[in-house]
Amino acid sequence: MALLEINKLSVEFGSAAHPFRAVSNVDLSVDAGDIVGVVGESGSGKSVTMLALMGLIDAPGRVTADALNFDGKPLLNMKPAQKRQIVGRDISMIFQDALTSLNPAYTVGFQLIETLRQHTPLRGDALKQRALELLELVEIPDAKSRLNAYPHQLSGGMSQRVMIAIAIACNPKLLIADEPTTALDVTVQQQIMELLLNLQKSQGMGLILITHDLAVVAEVAQHVVVMYAGEVVEKSPVTEIFDRPRHPYTQALLASIPEHSKGAERLHTLPGVVPGQYDRPSGCLLSPRCPYVQDRCRTEHPDLYPAGAAVARCFYALDDAGRPTHV
Amino acid sequence: MIRFLLRRIGVVIPTFLGITLLSFSLIHMIPGDPILVMMGERHIDPEFYKLAMHNLGLDQPLYLQYWHYLVNALHGNLGLSVRSQVPVMQEFLALFPATVELSFCAMLFAVPVGLAAGMIAAMRRGKVADHGVMGIALTGYSMPIFWWGLMLIMLFSVKLGWTPVSGRIDLLYDIQPVTGLLLVDSLLAHDMDAFKSVVMHLILPSIVLGTIPMAVIARMTRSAMLEVLREDYIRTARAKGLSMARIVLIHALRNALMPVVTVIGLQVGTLLAGAVLTESIFSWPGVGSWLINAIGARDYPVVQGGILLIATLIILVNLLVDILYGVINPRIRHAR
Ligand SMILES: Nc1ncnc2c1ncn2[C@@H]1O[C@H](COP(=O)(O)OP(=O)(O)OP(=O)(O)O)[C@@H](O)[C@H]1O
Ligand SMILES: [Mg+2]
Repeated sequence: MALLEINKLSVEFGSAAHPFRAVSNVDLSVDAGDIVGVVGESGSGKSVTMLALMGLIDAPGRVTADALNFDGKPLLNMKPAQKRQIVGRDISMIFQDALTSLNPAYTVGFQLIETLRQHTPLRGDALKQRALELLELVEIPDAKSRLNAYPHQLSGGMSQRVMIAIAIACNPKLLIADEPTTALDVTVQQQIMELLLNLQKSQGMGLILITHDLAVVAEVAQHVVVMYAGEVVEKSPVTEIFDRPRHPYTQALLASIPEHSKGAERLHTLPGVVPGQYDRPSGCLLSPRCPYVQDRCRTEHPDLYPAGAAVARCFYALDDAGRPTHV
Repeated sequence: MIRFLLRRIGVVIPTFLGITLLSFSLIHMIPGDPILVMMGERHIDPEFYKLAMHNLGLDQPLYLQYWHYLVNALHGNLGLSVRSQVPVMQEFLALFPATVELSFCAMLFAVPVGLAAGMIAAMRRGKVADHGVMGIALTGYSMPIFWWGLMLIMLFSVKLGWTPVSGRIDLLYDIQPVTGLLLVDSLLAHDMDAFKSVVMHLILPSIVLGTIPMAVIARMTRSAMLEVLREDYIRTARAKGLSMARIVLIHALRNALMPVVTVIGLQVGTLLAGAVLTESIFSWPGVGSWLINAIGARDYPVVQGGILLIATLIILVNLLVDILYGVINPRIRHAR
């Protein structure tokens, strides 16, 4: 049984009369201890999917799903009080902008201990002891004095280390890292990523790694999920996807790597941008940008079809040579 | 922190000097001859006129006059009231506790009610509770104090007979003044009946005086809360699995308080202005009605000294607010 099992997760914003499906029928599963890479251009719904999973989408946003099971427990429709015992303890999340993700009014120690107090039976000095341990675990130098530091006294990399310490404080089974290094200086990006991956290994956590850095995904993930305009367009074992992408979008993403290996914010290899609320095409959502587009693609919406070892949302999934299988 | 304090205090000194200059020039801005204006239409014999000029120091060059005024003011010497021939400072100190007590109780009403109302409105944004609370706040803000005070007196004092109409305490109690704050003095005298009477006398004027600050605080709290609730660190707090109460009270409110504390500080100025009216509605023997009477009687030393004292108080309160702000906001405290 998978640690996390998501079935047909959808998130809608906007009014009931003019809904905007930021996330549409997303299926995703993560096995215990696995790393799943989630990639896709800006605006493809990666963050919204994860926030929905954490229960952090507020009204008027609407979350629906056929199943949202974590560790055998259905998260959807779970009472908030019950869900709060899982979120922050068994599932935790770190965000892109660490500097704004810490509360400026409280010390690092306060914010770390708060999580421990919420989810563990530790009290008193034991809390402080554990907080210190955690700061040392995320390799913060001079950890003892950092406990009393305020967020504005920390650098971006230091803040992200603190966020990671908070996230792993209760030994979570699943960690969601939403572009954990994008906001950092290039020089510290790699250190933070290494730290994260080392911790993942030593703690045996499942990890959902959202990133623009396909090179990292290729190196560490077991599975890759490619998202586009709120949909999963391809799911594939990592061994397959880099050599034999099945979806034209995946192919374009990979082709953009050599040009700028970090941050495929926008693709040189595909003209245009991800369609937003007002310019979603009918049929296949990639059809206006797809180099292999056929008439059928403009009218009919494709499902996820098996293609080799992967599944791809394309009527004419690419063959092993990277050519569309036009009939 | 010490550096922060020193810098704040450094700013206060020029402001204080500016105010002394202003209150000093007041006497020179009176149209016509100040002595004649003060003495009214009566005939004044030249000897007395000269003496009065000399007593007020008006026969000296301006810069010397100011210097003496400043030195005297710093020693707490603000001259004599023309009417009572009692030192202005002494009159002020005798009446000030009454104003402090009233203002304090007004804030005791305004701050918790305003904070709670603003928070409820922010949490229920766009819902009935939000519109209801903010509608009441807007009404409170635009309420003419005089009318509002009279309405409350009519309802609660005259019609229902729940609260007394005016004054600080029933005449039948004789409380030994220690602090001048009747709430404290009646407790020190172990006279619970007197204490109750003081409380009953305070309720209506406190509500009247506190209404505008309450409305301002409610609106400020609401908008500050709405802003803070959108912040990334609130998302982090929620991702930690904290309870809604903890997120709102610990994570959001603390940050929302920063602008609210400033507003509360600024309300102290409004409060002293409002006290003037409120004190006259409820015949409250404080510095507000004292100042009003002095203006009516053209008792210029009192007007001059009263304004200097009240303005100085406002500066001190603002200094306190600044310091408090630094305590709440570590970024300001650590700023170089
Ligand atoms: N609260 C919201 N209300 C309305 N629309 C939203 C909201 N949050 C996100 N969206 C929209 O949902 C879509 C998906 O956004 P999302 O943040 O998930 O993208 P992303 O894949 O994480 O992109 P990035 O790489 O920039 O982080 C976007 O079009 C965004 O504008
Ligand atoms: Mg995102």
